[in-house]
Amino acid sequence: MIELKDIHRNFQVGDQQVHALDDINLNIKAGEYVSIMGPSGSGKSTLLNLIGLLDQANTGQYLLNQQDVTGLNDEEQAATRNQTIGFVFQAFHLVPRLTAFENIELPLLLAGIDPEIRKPRVEKALLDLDLTDRSHHTPDQLSGGQRQRVAIARATINEPRVLLADEPTGNLDLKSGQDVITILEQLNANGITLIVVTHDMNIGQRAKRRLHMVDGRIESDQT
Amino acid sequence: MLVYKSDIVHFSWRALRGYPTRTFLMLIAMAIGVAAVIMLTALGEGARRYVTNEFASLGTNLVIVFPGYSETSGLNPVAMVGSTPRDLTLDDAQTLTRSYSVRRIAPINVGSVNVSYEGRSREVPIIGSNYELMELRHWELAQGQFLPKTDLDRATPVCVIGGNIRNEIFGAQRALGQWLRLGDRRFRVIGIMGSEGRSIGVDVQDTIMIPVASAQQLFNTPSLFRILVEAKSRSEIEPVKQFIINTIKERHQGKRDVTVVTQDAVLATFDRILGALTYAVGGIAAISLAVAGILIMNVMLVAVSQRTAEIGLLKALGATPRTIVILILSEALMLSAFGAGLGWLLGELGSFGIRQAFTTLPAQAPLWAVIMALVVALITGLLFSLLPARRAARLDPVLALSGR
Repeated sequence: MIELKDIHRNFQVGDQQVHALDDINLNIKAGEYVSIMGPSGSGKSTLLNLIGLLDQANTGQYLLNQQDVTGLNDEEQAATRNQTIGFVFQAFHLVPRLTAFENIELPLLLAGIDPEIRKPRVEKALLDLDLTDRSHHTPDQLSGGQRQRVAIARATINEPRVLLADEPTGNLDLKSGQDVITILEQLNANGITLIVVTHDMNIGQRAKRRLHMVDGRIESDQT
Repeated sequence: MLVYKSDIVHFSWRALRGYPTRTFLMLIAMAIGVAAVIMLTALGEGARRYVTNEFASLGTNLVIVFPGYSETSGLNPVAMVGSTPRDLTLDDAQTLTRSYSVRRIAPINVGSVNVSYEGRSREVPIIGSNYELMELRHWELAQGQFLPKTDLDRATPVCVIGGNIRNEIFGAQRALGQWLRLGDRRFRVIGIMGSEGRSIGVDVQDTIMIPVASAQQLFNTPSLFRILVEAKSRSEIEPVKQFIINTIKERHQGKRDVTVVTQDAVLATFDRILGALTYAVGGIAAISLAVAGILIMNVMLVAVSQRTAEIGLLKALGATPRTIVILILSEALMLSAFGAGLGWLLGELGSFGIRQAFTTLPAQAPLWAVIMALVVALITGLLFSLLPARRAARLDPVLALSGR
């Protein structure tokens, strides 16, 4: 599913070169549940962004679904993100002026899907995540847990193969955080490839495969 | 991936409604720009049409002969005052009727005398002319008749008085048939002018008209102030002009000492000046549209930086750079369109207000100005948001999402 070969990613910070990713080699099969842990600045978010095609490697090769995506242009990358990858962020990133329904609808809208077809799909997503009665609420009328559930519904509405979660529980209380993790694990159980970046050992340990990163390198890869 | 147009419109609409203060201020800026163009051109156009109407009331196919000529063509102070070595005489005027192209002529003599009736007296401007003057100027009579149809050199002691003169001198008394004393002569009142008799410079209501020969005796001068000539049709104006110049030249020992002005020429000059004025004020007002465009650019730049995270998110969700550009442009376009529409409404309301306040001024923005204002508004709105839109499309999604 995901194959990374000799990936290097450097940032220029002032006059210093920072190796955010230093010779990463990684294979993730379809349906895996992977957590990426490590201290701040170890490159785990950079790795996730790279997998999510939000960032580009300086050198190395990235195969997604056996297809080399290193050299895709902006349009092709956008299409791949839209169809294959779902994102869940720590800060939720819901559009504040749009309702829960409209936020969930966004990936379908951007994919140019007929509004008539979109409606039942969004309604089903709302139902699956127990948000039906919150459909017309804007994000500021929702609790943190509800917001993250809206974000998950949005990330999965296009039925992507890969779900990338960057500190999905970072802004949530313990109870909501556990709910969110349960939902993500259910999605994984249904076949989606789940990759979670987290600081939280308790959450990280739940994954079947655990990567530990230090200074841009994968230090350990436990299953 | 092609996003539905209805979705783009809806998304932009939500974005505009999401920031009402910003949207409102932008609408006002754009509306003021458009309204300014419409109202200023309406004023210019109103002035142009006012002057045109005034000239039309002067008479049609009119050619005016002034005594005196200077080498520079057109109207000049000397020609207007009429100081000349050789006078225009009644005989000159009479000769001008010989052309087939001339429909009618009216020699004009002006002066001012003391008018008295039963002890009341006042100074009144006098016009000496013939019976053709009324037709030539499209005047109307309220009572009685106009100057008699006699030979030009016949000094009949009759006069036609303006409405105001009638009121001031005769009051409620019957005026027709009464004898008025003009200077040292007596004239019988045979007609009273209607209220329509008004044209540039002369208010007929305040004048008294007498036969031209009588006026020459009264003022003791053989010369004429000017001769009005009406050509048979518009196309005859130029031949008539040439005919007048040649005839007078022949009669004045080969010396060209008259200035001939066609009404068309004067009208065309005014038309050009006021037309240019309208373009000028329209252009000045269009600058305010450009200012509005720059405001839109600023606001859209702020909007892009305010919504950095949102744009990053849209990219993460699979929006192509093109989609981002389209979304930002459509938002700006909607903003300019609403602003332009509002400005149009305000401009037309303002023009209506001007028409109500100054009824003689037909202030109505010409169609080209309205279309120009609207098109310029939309184009500036679109043009000035290209930069913000492209900046948004180039945003690095990772940086945008992290809020850095």
